[in-house]
Amino acid sequence: MPAPLVEFLQFLFSGITSGAIYALVALGFALIYNASHVINFAQGEFVMLGGMVTWALLSQGIDLPLAIAGAVALTMVVGLALEKLAIEPARNADVVTLIIITIGAGIFLRGLTSVTLGKDLHALPSFSGDEPLSLLGATIMPQSLWILGVTAGIVVLLHGFFNYTLLGKAILATSHNRLAARLVGINVSFVLLLSFGLSALLGAVAGILIAPITATHFEVGIMLGLKGFAAAILGGLGNGVGAIVGGLLLGLIESLGAGYISSDYKDAMAFVVILGVLFFMPSGLFGRRGTERV
Amino acid sequence: MMTRFTKGLMLAGVALVALGLTAPAPSPAQAQEDPIRIGSFLAVTGPASFLGDPELKTLEMYIERINQAGGLLGRELELVHYDTGADANKARTFAKRLLESDEVDVILGGSTTGTTMAVIPLVERAEVPFISFAGGVSIIDPVKPWVFKTPHTDRMACGKIFEDMQGRGISKVALISGTGGFGKSMRGQCLEVAPDYGIEIVADETYAPSDTDMVAQLTKIKNTEGVEAVVNPGFGQGPAIVTKNFAQIGMAVPLYQSHGVASKKFIELAGDAAEGVRLPAAALLVAEKLPDGDPQRPIVVGYKSTYEAVHGEGSVSTFGGHAYDGLMLYKAAVEAAGSADPAAVRDALEATRGFIGTAGEVTMSADDHLGLDLTAFRMLEIRDGDWVLVN
Repeated sequence: MPAPLVEFLQFLFSGITSGAIYALVALGFALIYNASHVINFAQGEFVMLGGMVTWALLSQGIDLPLAIAGAVALTMVVGLALEKLAIEPARNADVVTLIIITIGAGIFLRGLTSVTLGKDLHALPSFSGDEPLSLLGATIMPQSLWILGVTAGIVVLLHGFFNYTLLGKAILATSHNRLAARLVGINVSFVLLLSFGLSALLGAVAGILIAPITATHFEVGIMLGLKGFAAAILGGLGNGVGAIVGGLLLGLIESLGAGYISSDYKDAMAFVVILGVLFFMPSGLFGRRGTERV
Repeated sequence: MMTRFTKGLMLAGVALVALGLTAPAPSPAQAQEDPIRIGSFLAVTGPASFLGDPELKTLEMYIERINQAGGLLGRELELVHYDTGADANKARTFAKRLLESDEVDVILGGSTTGTTMAVIPLVERAEVPFISFAGGVSIIDPVKPWVFKTPHTDRMACGKIFEDMQGRGISKVALISGTGGFGKSMRGQCLEVAPDYGIEIVADETYAPSDTDMVAQLTKIKNTEGVEAVVNPGFGQGPAIVTKNFAQIGMAVPLYQSHGVASKKFIELAGDAAEGVRLPAAALLVAEKLPDGDPQRPIVVGYKSTYEAVHGEGSVSTFGGHAYDGLMLYKAAVEAAGSADPAAVRDALEATRGFIGTAGEVTMSADDHLGLDLTAFRMLEIRDGDWVLVN
């Protein structure tokens, strides 16, 4: 393989790996947005909790698979509690108020974690070793394959859930028209609860998958949450396919930009893209065109 | 009513006079025994608490020990401390209070370069010796008459790395730096001193402190013609990710990390990828590994065991060591001057020769208020998950 092509492949692998994580976080945003039109800014904290709780359980001598299960379960409980204790009591409030509540919840969860689990960085072990695999001259870590595989699996499962189960269809119905959904007998508040639980699950999985690569600490969710949000905007808020495409695109833009243009602007590039999308395609790549009824 | 009131007043007056008569007048002997007042302002809370917290603990611990051993020149030491939270404005206010109402004999502290710089004009005007625990080279360059500092600088870390490279015959170097304060400052210093060591910087990449993947930057470096070694100035998780990515894409040239990640945490985070990585670090980090003849060994082993006996195994940090050095430098200067008079202590501080602290051997002069040379840093290599001294 000629060197420039190998270089390109390396950027590609690196971009897709980050992109898959952004996609998972973006899916979490999309789920909650669909059910409630709320942008859950505590989504990054779900990511952080996934990694931190797994580490905490591991350090107690619990096996990795069990620690992962425990962390996902606990994060889901936190997601459900957030909906039950903070969002539901304020359900008649403005969407903006609810968004502010999620920002507050995010700060609270960060603070709580820093007090209970400490402010240190922690590494998780890779799921299957640290021996890089060589592919057409470029290298990829086994953990990246885990990330891509699990993300693909989750996407397939979510697709099945939304299209072939009654519960999934109920969530979709609620996202299309809340009032009509209620009229045909869908328990809308249960759907909202469920969407928080699912989002927490997605966030936790993303956080656990990336922790062996980047290490985790109590503030790791801020940037990952923002990038996930950017990916969701890029794809079109509330669109599942858009969230995935947006995440992958964002990862690629970052890695190709850092590789071919300048690493100084790696973070900036992601946000410049968002600004561009907001200016020229306010509903994102796949979003429904927003119509306001007067 | 009226008479009762005046009567009360008179009684009170009599009582006051009686009290005044019985109170003993201060004797000259007791004035001599006034404590030496050490002022301090540290970032014990806030973003730089990892600096200020061990510094304050060290000062409190050693001042108590000095007092138990009979004080300094027979006088007790008294610590007056304020927490700045790394806020330069607060530091200025507190320094003013220390100088004007607490009337301290010396100021030790300033955990960060920002808080230290804010205080310098005040101590220069008040003519009180000031020993800072902050890293920035701007504190003592240019030299200010009343300002000293204990920690080594970024420039020295770069020098140490480049010196080691010279020994290995390396001259073409790539930099990959974090864009946080630490990485940015060290990158600038490395670029500045590189020509002094005949080092050419052939690639200069950066990453944000919260970046999760540096493969793109490293691939670019890998494909740059003639790179013989890579230096990574940075702090926190970034260097660990760089180290992992470096191993992932199979780069074979030597990798140098900075003193910013000189802790066991780095080895834990980077795992096997850290094998063979070299970095400059203070002697304190490898206290027990220093050879028996090393003049620093008794000092760093002593400080480490004393600190860890109180605050727990593995709690010692080089930051607390900077505070230890500051306090001990002051103690030595007061003993040499034979008084705590600010001007005499200042002259004695400047005349410090061969003082051994946790940071290294200190020899000050009128144009060097730090007094450390490159031997302050030890070059370490990571082997089998532990530090090994490289000579």
